[in-house]
Amino acid sequence: MAEKTIRIRAELSGDVTDVKALINHTMETGLRKDAKTGETIPAHFIQEVTCEVNGKQNFTAQWGVAISKNPYLSYQFKGGKKGDKIKISWVDNKGDKDSEEGQVQ
Amino acid sequence: MTKMKRRTFLKGTAASSMIGLAISAGLLKPRIAMAAWPQVGFDAKTVDGALGALYQSSSTSPSTAINIKAPDIAENGAVVPITVTTSLPAEVITLIVEKNPSPLAGNFILGAGGIGYVSTRVKMGKTSKLIAVVKAGGKLHSADKEVKVTIGGCGG
Repeated sequence: MAEKTIRIRAELSGDVTDVKALINHTMETGLRKDAKTGETIPAHFIQEVTCEVNGKQNFTAQWGVAISKNPYLSYQFKGGKKGDKIKISWVDNKGDKDSEEGQVQ
Repeated sequence: MTKMKRRTFLKGTAASSMIGLAISAGLLKPRIAMAAWPQVGFDAKTVDGALGALYQSSSTSPSTAINIKAPDIAENGAVVPITVTTSLPAEVITLIVEKNPSPLAGNFILGAGGIGYVSTRVKMGKTSKLIAVVKAGGKLHSADKEVKVTIGGCGG
């Protein structure tokens, strides 16, 4: 996976850090059929997204096929500060994975 | 005769160790259920089935402390933005689309300092209730919101 699949934005406002992530992923449900062949397109979707702050697990999202294509995720936590390292990783049902790091702004 | 006994003895130990394996596998499952991806929950075809798989209970108490922000009418069921906020001390937020083929959409586990807030985009097959279940203080709280879908986002 040469291209980056994750875009992270983490912003501190007051004492709350808001983490936003956009992930490029097909999120195939396994219910759709190929328009030409009529064959079912196999499910291919992200199952788990984890977020680490300064190396410590901070948030976990477990997803099914109902999460939209090119998923968007946002969550918030208290106790963060500017410069904190945010690492977001995902793994899908085929074992593909990627991770990306960002900083709290 | 002694040979026979030895054989039955061996058979017996083989069988009991198999049982032992099955038991330990069975015992292990619930313990790692929260950490591992909850396959059973995502496979469930009903809301109760999904909640039962996640929490071993499908009874939730309606709460006004949970707010679901989602459009009243979604023109495109493939992308329905949803934001759940709650003033409850949330540990887990579970998103359910009642009438999807598999209702469980996502399970969000908050960590240290986590605030009752999660936002994402979901697919909706047809007009349905969005249900947010919040686990706080060992109890399940829920709220729902009906979203009308004009074009579904699940099939082909």
